[in-house]
Amino acid sequence: MSDEEEIILAELSREELYELMHEDLYDGYAAEIEAEVHEALSRGYTPYDILTGGLVAGMDIVGIDFRDGILFVPEVLMAAKAMKAGMAILRPLLAETGAPRIGKMVIGTVKGDIHDIGKNLVGMMMEGAGFEVIDLGINNSVDNYLGAIKEHEPDILGMSALLTTTMPYMRVVIQALKDEGMRQDIIVLVGGAPLNEAFAEDIEADAYCRDAAVAVETAKKFMKIKQER
Amino acid sequence: MKKLQEMLAANQYLILDGAMGTMLFAMGLEQGGAPELWNVAHPERIREVHRRYIEAGSQVILTNSFGGTRYRLKLHDLQDGVYELNKAAAANGRVAADSAPHPVLVAGSMGPTGELLEPLGSMTFAECRAAFAEQARGLADGGVDVFWIETMSHLDEVRAAVEGVRLVCSHPIAATLSFDTNGRTMMGVTAEQAITALREWKLAAVGANCGNNLPDTMAAIAAMRAVDPEMPLIAKANAGIPRWGSDGALEYDGTPEVMAGYAYHVHQMGAQLVGACCGSAPETIRAMTAALRGEIPTEHWVMPGGGGGGTAVNRERERRRKR
Repeated sequence: MSDEEEIILAELSREELYELMHEDLYDGYAAEIEAEVHEALSRGYTPYDILTGGLVAGMDIVGIDFRDGILFVPEVLMAAKAMKAGMAILRPLLAETGAPRIGKMVIGTVKGDIHDIGKNLVGMMMEGAGFEVIDLGINNSVDNYLGAIKEHEPDILGMSALLTTTMPYMRVVIQALKDEGMRQDIIVLVGGAPLNEAFAEDIEADAYCRDAAVAVETAKKFMKIKQER
Repeated sequence: MKKLQEMLAANQYLILDGAMGTMLFAMGLEQGGAPELWNVAHPERIREVHRRYIEAGSQVILTNSFGGTRYRLKLHDLQDGVYELNKAAAANGRVAADSAPHPVLVAGSMGPTGELLEPLGSMTFAECRAAFAEQARGLADGGVDVFWIETMSHLDEVRAAVEGVRLVCSHPIAATLSFDTNGRTMMGVTAEQAITALREWKLAAVGANCGNNLPDTMAAIAAMRAVDPEMPLIAKANAGIPRWGSDGALEYDGTPEVMAGYAYHVHQMGAQLVGACCGSAPETIRAMTAALRGEIPTEHWVMPGGGGGGTAVNRERERRRKR
């Protein structure tokens, strides 16, 4: 494979192991991430420590470089896939050990709009940050959103629109949340090419997120506020 | 059958058309509706859009088939209509072109599938190529003169489209990418990388369309020209940037005057095929045509400005340790 010296996982310190996870996430190496998660578990590190110190911290670096225009969508998607491989091992253990939940998000493109690449990217980056993501897909009615929120009880609702004519539907969904008395219990983040902060403010969303990296940062910020409340 | 090359050889510039979708929404297409369905449901409206662009000066018109692969049509449950809808799209363009007062080429528009190729997504290269071949067969049978692959962000998808077209037809192929992310495409492709790859595939013309703003599109054209002094280049930028107007509606800030300035400048930078994308209309093309013909005094031309993400970041990411 490579002429560089082979890395023996068992010989690495905790810091070195986590740093290697950060690098392998950056390069999108899923099989290596799985091996490193197993190594960390075998040493008795808690699933929550591995999640935050290894995976989430690694995806933070990916998010920063994506925001800064150093990484692009392909690299981020490969990193998210590697993260997912690690999460598949950790998720059941996290539930068993009662580790603190990072957060849960319901996400979908609004009614009349069939675009989903940006929405998918946000979903993947949110999973990369350790959030549980329920993806409702495209063309979602108020009933779809409300039904999913009642069923999954997420912390965050993410809505996406790519068209200037479909974005006003976000206001309809937010009004329905108010009418149902659910608005104060959920953080509403909105995004999509034609949106901006003024629009988000006007429809009384909690925040507008310019891209997937900003969405993750914003979600974390709101979760912190929510948990401190 | 090499009409595109003949026209390129005979003309300093070729004027393309402007937005199709923007026009169809103005004619009553519902949001979320399939524009391609109108090729058979309302062919007279599609021909009317083509006719108005031709009247404004367009020498190349793009068919109403941007979302005409089965992957896009499936979102409207129209995946069984790929051949029929694309053939009708080409036929509508053909009718408009053949009754035009000046020579007009019909370009078969082919947009992205919206799916991600393996390993990023689940679509295989062969599936992608087959989808474009299926679309190209309809466009070819409907009578297009040239295939027009546009708004692409991933070079592999462009290659799948090129190969797909060549499975069914030997017409010339043009391809443009959308440089909308810090001067690169969404997938991180620079203009230099794009033309370096596309010239290898023996395309008739390459360039930039859609994008984020006029300066980014112009920067992409300049970068392509620096790599290749010969290749016919295409610039088909959006009519500026969507902004909130005073009446609360969203409007593009690229007025016909601004777009006329863009047409002149981007042609000076080396683009031989010049048109407009989202937010443009026949009056945009009319102003651009007048600018290229030298009918508008140059001192009034406005160099489109600001608001852009700027030029491509050339800082390479630090390559980390490989295992």
